[in-house]
Amino acid sequence: MRSLFRLSGEGEGFVPPSSNDFELPPVFGDNAFTTKPILLVFLSVILVSVFFLLSSRKAAVVPSKLQFAGESIYSFVRNDLGRDIIGHEFMRFVPYLFTLFTFVLTNNIFGIVPFLQFPTMSRVSFPYVLAVFTFVVFHYVGIRKQGIVKYLKDIMFMPGVPKPVYILLTPIELATFFLVRPLTLSLRLFANMFAGHLLLLVFILGGEHLFQGVLGLKLISPFAFAFGIGLTFFEFMVQCLQAYIFTLLTALYIAGALADEH
Amino acid sequence: MTGTLNLVGYGLSAIGPAIATGMIFAAYISGVARQPEARSVLQPIAFLGFALAEALALFGLVLAFVL
Repeated sequence: MRSLFRLSGEGEGFVPPSSNDFELPPVFGDNAFTTKPILLVFLSVILVSVFFLLSSRKAAVVPSKLQFAGESIYSFVRNDLGRDIIGHEFMRFVPYLFTLFTFVLTNNIFGIVPFLQFPTMSRVSFPYVLAVFTFVVFHYVGIRKQGIVKYLKDIMFMPGVPKPVYILLTPIELATFFLVRPLTLSLRLFANMFAGHLLLLVFILGGEHLFQGVLGLKLISPFAFAFGIGLTFFEFMVQCLQAYIFTLLTALYIAGALADEH
Repeated sequence: MTGTLNLVGYGLSAIGPAIATGMIFAAYISGVARQPEARSVLQPIAFLGFALAEALALFGLVLAFVL
């Protein structure tokens, strides 16, 4: 009975997937600029542009299926993320929010598209750049709207608080606005994509490894694969949710900078 | 068996944010259940609170890899 469940006969152990699996070699030659994540970013730009150009090219009162699909995504971002959160000045920010949402969503979903199967945002530099954009946008908007002195004063000295509390509150508020917000915005996206990809690797590679073992393990491996498929659907949900949360938080930060009182 | 205790520590430290996230969404759900029209008001607040709570878990994750 024990020989049925012994790990693979030759005795070589299972090498669990690690962060090294995210260091992909260049696709073309020795060029550091053609790694898979970079090519995927370019692909996502092309895909998003082509899809929305096609869906809006022959705009009609009675929409075609393609136009309907494009307009559903647009109206979701404009109404649920722009209008409901930012308020009456929302139209200025819809292009940014829409670009952000579609770009992040496409790059996330690459994680479960067959043959691509790599979420671009699991390389931390891409979320960093997106978070820097949001950081610049919401501070710029706040400074333009209220003037730099009043904007900083509102951040540092929140009105309606007893004076001694400022000793504690001011450093926390400063750190929140200038450090915690951009860092967590990027790290949340990165960590979710990284962990999700690693999770899928564990189940699929583990299932494959079990399949190479003795008979008892071969019988178990389908369960690992089935779990991997189930987790793929779970990943799809997480990927959509993370794109939504990234855009939602950007909209919330912009709304906070626009509001007169924090 | 080799490994790093950092990850065990991270697992322990993730308990706090996990409970916090659960409580935030529990409050959000019961708020919406009692007053469905308050949904659009509550949603940004719930997600902002969730983002703040999850920030702690993310710091833990970063430290688990860095240290």
